[in-house]
Amino acid sequence: MTTDRQETPAALAEHTQEDKGAGTATDAQAPRPLLEIEDLRVDFHGRRGITHAVRGLSLSMGREKIGIVGESGSGKSVTGRSILRLIRPPGVVRARRMVFDGIDLLSADERTMRAIRGDRIAMIMQDPKFSLNPVMRVGDQIAEAFRVHRRVSRREAKERALEMLKAVRIRDPERVYHAWPHELSGGMGQRVMIAMMLIPEPDLLIADEPTSALDVTVAMQVLAIMDDLVSSRGMGLMFISHDLDLVASFCDRVIIMYAGRVMEVIEAKRLHEAQHPYTRGLLASLPRIDEPREWLQTLKRDPAWLEEA
Amino acid sequence: MTAADTPAIAVKDLSVVFGQGREAFQAVRGVSFQVREGETYGLVGESGSGKSTVLRAITGLAPVTGGRMEIFGQPLGHDRDAAFCRTVQMVFQDPYASLHPRRTIDATLSEPLIIHGIGDRQERAERVLKALADVGLGPEFRFRYPHQLSGGQRQRVAIARALMLEPKIVLLDEPTSALDVSIQAEVLNLLKRLKDEHGLTYVLVSHNLAVIAHMCERLAVMQHGRFVEEMTVEQLRAGTPREEYTRNLLDAARGYDREKAARFAAMEALEEE
Repeated sequence: MTTDRQETPAALAEHTQEDKGAGTATDAQAPRPLLEIEDLRVDFHGRRGITHAVRGLSLSMGREKIGIVGESGSGKSVTGRSILRLIRPPGVVRARRMVFDGIDLLSADERTMRAIRGDRIAMIMQDPKFSLNPVMRVGDQIAEAFRVHRRVSRREAKERALEMLKAVRIRDPERVYHAWPHELSGGMGQRVMIAMMLIPEPDLLIADEPTSALDVTVAMQVLAIMDDLVSSRGMGLMFISHDLDLVASFCDRVIIMYAGRVMEVIEAKRLHEAQHPYTRGLLASLPRIDEPREWLQTLKRDPAWLEEA
Repeated sequence: MTAADTPAIAVKDLSVVFGQGREAFQAVRGVSFQVREGETYGLVGESGSGKSTVLRAITGLAPVTGGRMEIFGQPLGHDRDAAFCRTVQMVFQDPYASLHPRRTIDATLSEPLIIHGIGDRQERAERVLKALADVGLGPEFRFRYPHQLSGGQRQRVAIARALMLEPKIVLLDEPTSALDVSIQAEVLNLLKRLKDEHGLTYVLVSHNLAVIAHMCERLAVMQHGRFVEEMTVEQLRAGTPREEYTRNLLDAARGYDREKAARFAAMEALEEE
């Protein structure tokens, strides 16, 4: 077993069959980071040339809540997908280093990746409507997600699925278990997605705009579920969002991206002290309930932001 | 009542029901409000609260089952005539869905003029160019197609189209919720400027309290098809809404907080019982 998983007894039991992380020398003092990325570059080759979606992103994260913020086209979602190696041709992913808990994600074979996806690294997409199988009952989908990764009986998987539905605060798990995806509201659907992603107790959860389709009061509750998992089970959370204020109040650290580049990495509670003109510009462009003003500040984009540092 | 006192929009006991019999769903339940000329009035609420349906009812796009509506004192019947369209226009949420993908911007902007028999070819061309300039788009956009435009540019075109007939009232249904925040700032500024320049009256629907607070003088909070409360923007800013529901929306808009989330969960449990 790896040393840095001691804080997560619940996850510990699940992973004993395969010791995926051993073999890399770790610094005895500092715990090994959960995920390390150095100089990630993602290009898409199209008819009209190459689009550089991510241009040299580096990050190192532990069992914390890290926010990736940016506008559309900033490369934040592509970053999340690259980690799971979900970018297909014509997309090309390159990096100097991309290591998850001692596993080199760049050189891992497809079999290893399949064992990681959904099991040790899970991903929640923005819209449950497009992510759930429309012709399969909700509960069966959750149970299937579990059975793919664990040798358990159908009955056991069903029990776990029901437990998980309860854990994401669905009050009538039996009813929801037997429901079809189209019978669920957006908030319910997103909770089902989260239950499905969390049932194998992943070490890292990549959540791509998990709450932007939800009403604010429901969004708060969904965030609380993820917050609990980070603090109680020591999960790492990569929270991809366009909402600066939300990320500032929810995450520990924030990475601000623009056009595929990292503009700034900052402690979430100090986001309002951000130095980078892009971050400051974004913050200033938001209307605020408490600070009335006649005109909103608009963002002046500086071509220098795109240059390699 | 003098003409100056006549509200731009008066809605009384509006009800909207979708479907029939067992399938019937009452989207709007007895909503009443008035909007003064030159005012920006906000409708805020979560999804399914009925806020967009109120706008659609005014424009005749929703099955109204009860109540009365007046535009500048003129009662609205079942159908909307050409005069209505010259007075009231609407901007929709999704600029990707609301523009015809195979028509040039010129065709999209000229269409209202052709339907209403306004101007000859030359005059229409001039008005299209003026409308584009009004929303901050150059003449080079005239013969482009929607797919060649960014989301913000498309929404500018949708706003230009709404203004082609020089309406007095523009209904805005989540006009910036599909846009990035920096683009949202540009579009909100544009809407404010156009309101001043053209003397418009707005009804703005949004789920975003900050957007509503920025744009509106008065607002109504909706939930389950009803008005929870109506208030001025000053009351909203002071954080003194009467109703708990409004206070919760305000709380949630101010960011994540563990205790807040627990409180919402507890309330939802109560509501379901």
